[in-house]
Amino acid sequence: MIQKLPAKKMVVTGDYAAAYGALLCDVDVVAAYPITPQTLIVEEFSNFVNDGITDAEFIMVESEHSAMSACIAAQAAGARTYTATASQGLALMHEMLFIASALRLPIVMPVVNRTVAAPIGIWCEHNDSMPQRDTGWIQMACEDNQEVLDMIIMAYKIGERKDVLLPVMPCLDAFILSHTVEPVDAPSSDEVADFIGKYEPHAMLDPDNPMAIGTFTPPEYIQELRYQNHVAMENAKKAIKEVTKEFADEFGRDYHGLIEEYKCDDAEVVLITVGTVTGTAREVVDKLRQQGKKVGLIKLRFYRPFPREELRSIAENVEAIGVYDRAISYGSGGPLFIETRNALYGMDVPVLNFLAGLGGRDVVTGDVEKMYEILMKAKDSKPDKEIYWIGTRGVSI
Amino acid sequence: MEIEAETHPLDKYLRTDRIPHIWCPGCGLGTVLNCFLHALEESDIDLKNLAIVSGIGCTGRVAGYLNVDSYHTTHGRAIPFATGLKLANPKLKVVVFSGDGDLFAIGGNHFIHAARRNIDMTVICVNNYNYGMTGGQLGPTTPLEAKTTTSPYGNVEHPFNLCHVAAASGAVYVARWTALHVRRLKESMKEALNKKGFTFIEVIASCPTTYGRRNKMPTGLDTMRYYKEKSVIKHGIDPSEADIEIGGDIIVGKFVDIEKPTFDEILKKLEEKIK
Repeated sequence: MIQKLPAKKMVVTGDYAAAYGALLCDVDVVAAYPITPQTLIVEEFSNFVNDGITDAEFIMVESEHSAMSACIAAQAAGARTYTATASQGLALMHEMLFIASALRLPIVMPVVNRTVAAPIGIWCEHNDSMPQRDTGWIQMACEDNQEVLDMIIMAYKIGERKDVLLPVMPCLDAFILSHTVEPVDAPSSDEVADFIGKYEPHAMLDPDNPMAIGTFTPPEYIQELRYQNHVAMENAKKAIKEVTKEFADEFGRDYHGLIEEYKCDDAEVVLITVGTVTGTAREVVDKLRQQGKKVGLIKLRFYRPFPREELRSIAENVEAIGVYDRAISYGSGGPLFIETRNALYGMDVPVLNFLAGLGGRDVVTGDVEKMYEILMKAKDSKPDKEIYWIGTRGVSI
Repeated sequence: MEIEAETHPLDKYLRTDRIPHIWCPGCGLGTVLNCFLHALEESDIDLKNLAIVSGIGCTGRVAGYLNVDSYHTTHGRAIPFATGLKLANPKLKVVVFSGDGDLFAIGGNHFIHAARRNIDMTVICVNNYNYGMTGGQLGPTTPLEAKTTTSPYGNVEHPFNLCHVAAASGAVYVARWTALHVRRLKESMKEALNKKGFTFIEVIASCPTTYGRRNKMPTGLDTMRYYKEKSVIKHGIDPSEADIEIGGDIIVGKFVDIEKPTFDEILKKLEEKIK
């Protein structure tokens, strides 16, 4: 239970927004381990507990692996749970992520995207969350702190739907969001309670009705379970669209489902962005539009499930598509690029990949302008390569 | 009297281009590192044969500052890395320099097993009672009732007694000092470096920024005064009797110094036997 909290306007960091979102959702159990730049999330949450604003159980465990294990067990016992992590912490959790999704436990865990060692760095890169692609978690990226707060609320609503029942991982860029203050509108706790409802576990550990979960299972059964998880993830597409619509109706902020289009209607070329670079790209689109260039922008919100149908429908009307990635799958390309090209299979449109901002390097308007410049050229003549390392020393474009 | 010198005599041990260090004013880490440099200076260790391994956290930065073969590993994994170094090159002198959170929370399992196997390495744990680098959360050594960012009304978890853990796990040398005991600490470091087997030194050190301020010791000097007032030297005591409690005596000294064949020696013997 939480104290009644009125709707209010706050000026807060992305980490605070993530913690406050969990507070509004009246989570029961938080298990966590500190890691920069996530620490502030669970630290703020521990303040809510210590200040008596919530009676949630908060436990500092001895590693991220234990944090996810504790959340899985608590969720299996019928609690609504929450944790947060980043970088190495997420990598260490990897083993348990599969278990949360296969047991159909709708845990919500924001990931503050931070570069994975070696070498050690603390700044933004998406090479921590992208490799979690196949763990069965719904994964999405936020553009600003408002979206972080809103997404935590929507994550519980999407994940806990009976046709979904999957854990959700909203991602936010290290420092660019996690430690930067922005104005954020917070709904009241009553509004959120009405919106997400009470968590009703589909199955829970109960001594009066004993049940075993995650037990040794022979091949006769596992394949069907895998299929069910795939169906749930496909169902999540519908759930995401419906929940973002309901959220817009209730709170007035519309996130448009799995992707958000910006000036795509008559665009000749579009750039797909993820995370905070989207804000930078919006500015570039406005500038290029003023110059009469028909450019558009797609903010990719969800990586899992992947918005295949949406992208195909846009691709029908454009002449070149660029995909921005803040991570690289060595020997192939950026993860979103690989995914996009797969989604657009059979369509006759060039797809280019732009890598920038790896290890936390700033991506500025000039970098995004360069991406559009390459795309405009690709529209007129076949490009000689697919992958462009923007602003990389020793690499010519 | 004016002292003229181009460089500090211990500069050769440091990557001076990495200095100034990141540690806060009043932090005990500089003192501990200084003791270690003096221990190296006085113990004739061939620097070419020395490897330093650190984990994550404020203490983890030591590996980056020392001008020897050093590796800054991921959180908790300093000891497994050091074990690999030692197995690949048994002639190497391997030192793990890391903090309480790294060595005893996320890396706790590695510590007990390296001690159990009696791997020939020295582990120096700088214990500041909290996760300093991430802002002062409670950790496995936070004393009962101590205040941290995640326990503003006091810690409700029993802490580890690190020396007891080390001794019970099989370490052949176990000592505890505070950052105030610079001379004794240096001597302990020399002993540990020159002893075969799994040797362990716990150094209790100040963290005014994230721990001290919340526990009535807002400056490094306050902490040093506290160490001076509370420290009691008891060599040879059973480390199970050296628990750390708020306001209680801090029992320091050399608790364990025994002989036991190392992993290497047992392995070598077996290899000879089956040849």
